[in-house]
Amino acid sequence: MPNEPVAAVPPRLDWRVATVSDIRDESRSARTLVLDVPQWAGHRAGQHVDVRLVAEDGYQAQRSYSIASPPEQRSIELTVERINNAEVSPYLCDTLAAGDGLEVRGPIGGYFVWDFSLGGPLLLVAGGSGIVPLMSMLRHHALADAPTRARIPVKLLYSARTWNDIIYRQELQALDERPELDVRFTLTRDVPPGWTGYSRRIDRALLEAVSWPASEKPLAFVCGPTPLVESVSAMLVDLGHDPARVRTERFGPTGS
Amino acid sequence: MQIEEMRLDGNAAGGLLREVFVRDVTAAIATCAACGSLGPIAGLLEYGQTMGVILRCPACDSAMLRIVRTPGWLRLDASGISILMIPERASEAS
Repeated sequence: MPNEPVAAVPPRLDWRVATVSDIRDESRSARTLVLDVPQWAGHRAGQHVDVRLVAEDGYQAQRSYSIASPPEQRSIELTVERINNAEVSPYLCDTLAAGDGLEVRGPIGGYFVWDFSLGGPLLLVAGGSGIVPLMSMLRHHALADAPTRARIPVKLLYSARTWNDIIYRQELQALDERPELDVRFTLTRDVPPGWTGYSRRIDRALLEAVSWPASEKPLAFVCGPTPLVESVSAMLVDLGHDPARVRTERFGPTGS
Repeated sequence: MQIEEMRLDGNAAGGLLREVFVRDVTAAIATCAACGSLGPIAGLLEYGQTMGVILRCPACDSAMLRIVRTPGWLRLDASGISILMIPERASEAS
């Protein structure tokens, strides 16, 4: 098919100095940085950027942070979880202020991404700050018109330590009101008084109870601490889901 | 902390890979030269290296891709990959 459109070769991935335009606290250990990146060409939901810090002696530290904002938004938002004694996240969470510059390159990634052309239904499973790239997908989904949204129903299962560790909690509770969206939390460490939701790590029975059955052929995105990602993706395959429709992104160790 | 908790995956190597490849290759399908299993680069296991990355096969743990930065050079050893299939369109990945 000679006339079939082929994606243009993307521009070179250069380091650029973004400007922090705003900072918001999201939970007791996570905050969102709103960045204006010069010549930003847009991103796909689920992609990340690399962030580079350079000390005065030339020492460099580099980390990847997922983009939380939807592709429709011009500025990009990164939500960073503070990991104590780490090299990069304490600087981003405690020192960086609005107006400061920050070296970034991106957007990066073509695997852990979702847009409407990939279809659904969607099954999103997050642990801790693994919610961040999934939030970009949810926000992208939420910005579509009602018939488009209704075509692709979404289920989100989000595992957090406590109620106060849930990132984007109010926004997620508001999204849960929508008919095509089902948001479930499970709290693994401590629950608030009167909590009637789940209060354990994600296991097979919990996945079976809240996710689409394999016969619905959902497209699954699993993101969070490495042990959670590996156990959830293995359980989904065990429950009969096609491994090619279970996409994973490992965030390494958990924070704090 | 267990080494299993520390490991990342090929998604995290996307930026470094874009220094080598024109297109994103995290969605590309790589065949392991050692055991023949195939899957996306994003699904390979990445162990932290100060000077680069090593991506290992999730099935047999062989090193499939090594990228090391040395002064003046970016050194790529892809001998652990027999075939790399790169999707031409971004939405092709599965």
